[in-house]
Amino acid sequence: MRGIISFGGYVPYRRLDRSAIAAVMGKGGGRGTRSVASYDEDTTTMGVEAARLALRPVDAEPRALWFATADPAYLEKTNATAIHAALRLDSSVGALDFGGAVRSGIGALRTALDAKGPTLVVTADIRGGLPTGADEAAGGDGAAAFLIGTEDDGPVVAELLGSASATEEFVDRWRQPGSPSTGQWEERFGETRYGPLAAQAWKEALGASGIEAADVNVAVVTGSHGRAVKRVAGQLGAARVADDLSAAVGNTGTAHPGLVLANELEQAEPGQTIAAVMLADGVEVLVLRTTDALAEFTPGLPVADQISGGAEVSYATFLQWREMIQVQPPNRPEPTRPSSSASARSQDWKYGFVGSRGAESGTLHLPPTRVSIRPEDELDAMDPAPMADVGATVVTFTIDRLVYSVSPPVVFAVVDFDGGGRLPVELTDVDPDAVRIGQRVEMTFRRLYEAEGIINYFWKARPARSSSGG
Amino acid sequence: MASHGIKDQVAIIGMGCTPFREHWDKGTDDLLIDAASAAFDAAGVAKDDVDAFWVGTASSGMSGLTLSQPLKLEGKPVTRVENFCATGSEALRQASYAVASGAYDMAMAIGVEKVKDSGYQGLNAAPAPHDGTKRSLTAAAMFSLVLPAYAALYGVDEDELRMVVAKIAEKNHRNGALNPLAQFRREMPAEKICEMAAVAGRLSVFDCSGVADGSAAAIVVRAEDAHKYCDDPLYIKALSFVSGTGGGLIDPDYDYTTFPECEMAGADAYRQAGIDDPRSALAMAEVHDCFTPTEMVLMEDLGFCERGTAWKEVLAGTFERTGDMPVNTDGGLKAFGHPVGASGLRMHYECWLQLRNKAGDDRQIDLSARNLGLVHNLGGYPGEMVSFVSILGPELG
Repeated sequence: MRGIISFGGYVPYRRLDRSAIAAVMGKGGGRGTRSVASYDEDTTTMGVEAARLALRPVDAEPRALWFATADPAYLEKTNATAIHAALRLDSSVGALDFGGAVRSGIGALRTALDAKGPTLVVTADIRGGLPTGADEAAGGDGAAAFLIGTEDDGPVVAELLGSASATEEFVDRWRQPGSPSTGQWEERFGETRYGPLAAQAWKEALGASGIEAADVNVAVVTGSHGRAVKRVAGQLGAARVADDLSAAVGNTGTAHPGLVLANELEQAEPGQTIAAVMLADGVEVLVLRTTDALAEFTPGLPVADQISGGAEVSYATFLQWREMIQVQPPNRPEPTRPSSSASARSQDWKYGFVGSRGAESGTLHLPPTRVSIRPEDELDAMDPAPMADVGATVVTFTIDRLVYSVSPPVVFAVVDFDGGGRLPVELTDVDPDAVRIGQRVEMTFRRLYEAEGIINYFWKARPARSSSGG
Repeated sequence: MASHGIKDQVAIIGMGCTPFREHWDKGTDDLLIDAASAAFDAAGVAKDDVDAFWVGTASSGMSGLTLSQPLKLEGKPVTRVENFCATGSEALRQASYAVASGAYDMAMAIGVEKVKDSGYQGLNAAPAPHDGTKRSLTAAAMFSLVLPAYAALYGVDEDELRMVVAKIAEKNHRNGALNPLAQFRREMPAEKICEMAAVAGRLSVFDCSGVADGSAAAIVVRAEDAHKYCDDPLYIKALSFVSGTGGGLIDPDYDYTTFPECEMAGADAYRQAGIDDPRSALAMAEVHDCFTPTEMVLMEDLGFCERGTAWKEVLAGTFERTGDMPVNTDGGLKAFGHPVGASGLRMHYECWLQLRNKAGDDRQIDLSARNLGLVHNLGGYPGEMVSFVSILGPELG
């Protein structure tokens, strides 16, 4: 039986207090917080983080990587290839984007559940809107990844019982490429479309699964139409409707069904039936049942822990990060674009954070070099040293208020890796005043800057969130 | 296999140095012409008398044409050299070896940087095409790592150490105030520097070298020919250069309280010059005070005092112009300014003046006990650095 072998949700570190919006603008906002991707994150980097969390608990290796987002970092160029490189997957593993639509996330998941071979589905989104608008406050940023396969690929923690789809063309939410906000038709119209579509897909999915609505322990109901989601959730007849994380995270769009599902799976017990219902230009329904293997499953880093581990970002900074306001940059030259050929040559280092280790000395070299700093190592007698999942400790640090940055100041630390090795590296997700010598850090995949339309991805260190760093 | 040096084989017979300023009205060509002309005049020679030229610039020009075109040098070999902030010293090193080898009778080393045409503050060099993974930290931030590391290793209070390095800036500004060629001619009390906003770690703008345009030049001949041109040449006792492995960046044993490349270059220079105890042999030193903590650490790396004691010596006034071991009597990078390619030769220019008793009554150091000078010029960052050291003296032997 095909199902979920592993999964991981990613919630970025920063939270915007929704009440901060009205405090500045006089209106908008609301109660609770929303998650905020940092200035150095995009859907690709958040996808990498979710995928790393999903692959951490298991040995299984995906044979395909599918990435879905409504906010792609690149058009034309595949974004999944950067995730593929950061995960150091074999070149024979295909990497595809499911692009553009909010529905593509659960669509990729459902397609993977129908496909062959172990498939890693990565979904991510950055949701926002114009200042004071409903989407600005209700949106959230995040990612979720699922490794889909059969028992041949690894223990299945939740198997697919059945699924269904209902599709209809109507314009309810829309956005032109590059536009900062999403349009919405009068809400009551969409509600009249989603109700019947949901009823149709729900009935079909339950039938395919051979169960009644009352057999569903928890329904994960998400979508791009808030009122319809609420109404449908109340009408399904499931024992419980999942917490949609709106109070702390917000609606993460393409990633949201996966993020809420991951949160539920992390709290579920074996033998429970969980249905995911997504309302976006139609309705998708997945019905899953957790297996005994779930009891043995340890999440890479539970969504609940990430939610509770966040820290505030000011509304002014949020607006700056989302490019709603421009601030004066330091009077320094902007960085130059990375060379494609140079980046390709150093792909294992740049995307995979793989250094080299002297065969004799064991000395770690970051970046990898052919000649060792230790005389006992022969030329080219170096072994690859993957360091992305190795924790490190801050030896010393400084705050650079002069260097160019999208969000100054830059916090920079010299860190020593567990088991030996050192790198001077930029810190992120950190308050300059809170850095200290001896602090535990872990590596995270980020976008350093964009120049001439080319995004420069590389790794930074952040205060440890997970066990590998702690 | 050894670094033999060319002690007493080459002499400087003339030098020139432009004021280091924000020269809005002078370009690279003007600065080169001004410094070269001053050096020709000082040596009493014409441009055609010089057989070969080395022009040092970090980013104000490419190739020997940088010099041969503005000076209209006919049929002469001109080489452009670059070695980070040690570029000017590198030009002198190449010119000196060329003369010592017998290939040429007379050579010129000239350094220049036209920094202020970039439109940006600070020093900015365009990087070669890259994979985007290199550190983008400023030099100020990298050198700011020295302070907490030094404080921790030697048990010095960080606030006190911050005041110590501000005292270095205060001293160099005091020296610069007396120097008509220096960029900054105003004294700056250490207390005021400590009150300024931090820009990198605990360093303020006044812990950083001045950013200026400028040029400096030297003319060298074989030592035996020196007196044909001048009565008081300055002899080269040692020229040393070390280019690091970059290992400090990745070596967990490196602790940011020392610059091994500088220590090695110093030791090599002392060997070449036959100096056992630099403190008792040297009358002065011009060192690369790119940031105030750099000068403090260099006092130990160059053997002017024991490890862990430079901060006390700074407070004791040892390195003042009138102290036991005058350092950066011309104001240093801090107050004289730092046009990258010119700075190394500017340091030699101060030795040229002081060691020949030509610095002027208000600035001249005491040469009654010792008459050797040291120039230290580095480029790069803690952990990945190039370092130059020379030793000069007015007498043979």
